[in-house]
Amino acid sequence: MARRLALWVPLGLFAFFAGLAAYMLTQDKDQFVESAMIGQPLPDFALQPAFAGLPGLARADLVGGKPRLLNIWASWCLPCIAEAPQLEALKARGVEIVGIAIRDRPEDVAAFLARHGNPYSRIGADPISEVQLAIGSSGVPETFVIDAKGVIRYQHIGDIRPEHVPLLLKELEKAK
Amino acid sequence: MIRALLVLLAALIALPALAQDTMPPAPYAYTQLEDPALEARAAALMHTLRCLKCQSQSIADSDAPMAGDMRHQVRSRILAGESPEEIRAWLIARYGDYVSYEPRVSTTTWPLFVIPALVILIAAGVLLRRLGRRRGGAGGEEA
Repeated sequence: MARRLALWVPLGLFAFFAGLAAYMLTQDKDQFVESAMIGQPLPDFALQPAFAGLPGLARADLVGGKPRLLNIWASWCLPCIAEAPQLEALKARGVEIVGIAIRDRPEDVAAFLARHGNPYSRIGADPISEVQLAIGSSGVPETFVIDAKGVIRYQHIGDIRPEHVPLLLKELEKAK
Repeated sequence: MIRALLVLLAALIALPALAQDTMPPAPYAYTQLEDPALEARAAALMHTLRCLKCQSQSIADSDAPMAGDMRHQVRSRILAGESPEEIRAWLIARYGDYVSYEPRVSTTTWPLFVIPALVILIAAGVLLRRLGRRRGGAGGEEA
C-alpha cells in the first residue's frame, strides 16, 4: 500500500512545480533594481553644466546646509515630463533640487526646461552615465534624498506622482 | 484607411525615437581595447554582468545606451589596471548581487549550492543500496 502511494509522489511534485510556475507567471515582475548605496556617502564627482543657464554639479555642492533632492533625469525621458509639476511643487515647499541630465544635449535641456519649468538650482551633464552608475541608479527618472553630510538617504525610482510628494517631504525631514 | 495606417506606422516609428537619447555612444561602448589580452578580460567580464535596462541580457549582448555606458566603465577600468573581480565588486556595491550573473555563496544563496550536493548524496546512497541488494542476489528481487 505504501509503495503504491509512493508512486504518486513524482506526479505530485510535478503538479506542485507546474502550479508554482503557472502562479508565478500571473504575478507582476518587480523590474526595479534598487541602489545598494543607500546610507553610503555620495562618491566624488564634478560634472560640467548641462546647459548655459545653470551651473554644473559637483559633490561639494551637495554638502552642508539642508538635505536636498538629487533628480536623475533627461530631456528625452517621457516620465520626466510627467513628474515636472511635482518637482515644482517640492520647490515651492522650499526644497532645493539639483539635477543630473543623463546622455543629454545642452539645447535639448534648455528646450525641456523652457517648456516644462525649471525647478533646479544646478544641473550637471552626465553624457556617459558615469555618476548615474556610481550611485547605483538604473534609469530615469530617479530621485535621491541627500543629507547635509552628502550621504544618500533615500531613493525614489520612477516618476514622482502627486502622492509621492508628502513621502519625499517626510524623507527630507528624516534626513535632517 | 491607408492614411490612418500611415499615421499609425509613423507613430510606431516616432515612439522609440522619443524614448531614446540621441547622444553618441561612450568611447569604449562599441570600441574594443587595443590590447587583445585586455579586451579578452573585459569581454569575459561583460558577458557575466547584467544589463539593468534589459534585465535578461548581459551588457555584452545589449544595445541599450546604458549597457554601452557600462561597457565603457568596464573597458576603461580594465585599461586603468583594475582586475575584473574588482570591477564586479564595484558594481555589486552599487546594484547588489543582481547585477552579476556569477552567483556568490551568501546567506540567501547557500541552499542553491547545498541542495544539489545533498540530492547527489541521496541518489548515490539509493543506488548503492539497490546495486548491493541485486549483487547479494539472495532475495532475487528485480526492479
